[in-house]
Amino acid sequence: MKAAVIVFPGSNREGDVARALKAVSGHSPAMVWHAETALPAGTDLVVLPGGFSYGDYLRCGAIAARAGIMDAVRAHAARGGLVLGICNGFQILCESGLLPGVLVRNARLRFICREALLRVERIDTPYTRKYAKGAVIRIPVAHGEGNYTADAETLRRLEGEGRVIFRYVTTAGQRDDEQVLNGAANSIAGIASEKLNVLGLMPHPENHVDPLVGPTDGRPLFESLAGVLERA
Amino acid sequence: MKARVLVTLKTAVLDPQGKAIEGALRSLGVHGIGSVRQGKVFDIELDQTDQTKAEATLKDACEKLLANTVIESYRIEFVS
Repeated sequence: MKAAVIVFPGSNREGDVARALKAVSGHSPAMVWHAETALPAGTDLVVLPGGFSYGDYLRCGAIAARAGIMDAVRAHAARGGLVLGICNGFQILCESGLLPGVLVRNARLRFICREALLRVERIDTPYTRKYAKGAVIRIPVAHGEGNYTADAETLRRLEGEGRVIFRYVTTAGQRDDEQVLNGAANSIAGIASEKLNVLGLMPHPENHVDPLVGPTDGRPLFESLAGVLERA
Repeated sequence: MKARVLVTLKTAVLDPQGKAIEGALRSLGVHGIGSVRQGKVFDIELDQTDQTKAEATLKDACEKLLANTVIESYRIEFVS
């Protein structure tokens, strides 16, 4: 698997994502500085890591979405290449137009840093093949702006096309749009592009890959990617 | 030429920050405030002296970066 992790000024989860990728594939990803204009030759997977790119100035992810490397990332996505955006990376994907909608301030205005329960809505994607359908997994969230918002038409389209991949659920495994932790529309935690090659999610699967630090519910996401890319 | 660009949340979009400010004003005893919506102001100096061209430049700036038109709308004002 040839993976590239894009590093922006203010990214801070690039090391964790690199560790997760190395753990499942045996290879360290290339770390690519935002001012570059091309991805390393043969890149299969691009990861936009979490953090506070450009100090969240203007809007979260707004300035990173216009960085030099993003034209190459857009071209990679247009060719069907895999692009994973986690937390700030999801915000960047929305700001860059690679995913619809936007992530706004959490409904109750608090920065939320704790474990969340997610339901895996689809397993026929390059990111979720190693999960069981409908599995409820424990993945931490750490964000102030994770409240997914889109117009009614976009939400209808996302639901209709089955592009909601992860949803926040209660301990009973049920969706509760009134009590969802950050106010996200339809309890959305993660969505994919039309061709399912671009995935953005607010929770941090890279935090839960090593039994040394607790649950490993994030590991199957990276294993799914490693499996897909080995077969390619 | 100087211009001011105002970026505000569209009316249908919930503004939790505005709501918090509204509540804070109420608790400070500032009465008679119906509601508060928070926005952003950009004061911009332009090289351009032709107002029509300047407006086109600013519109481009708003669409490309200053506003996220999914949730925000913008207004351009020229300052004399």
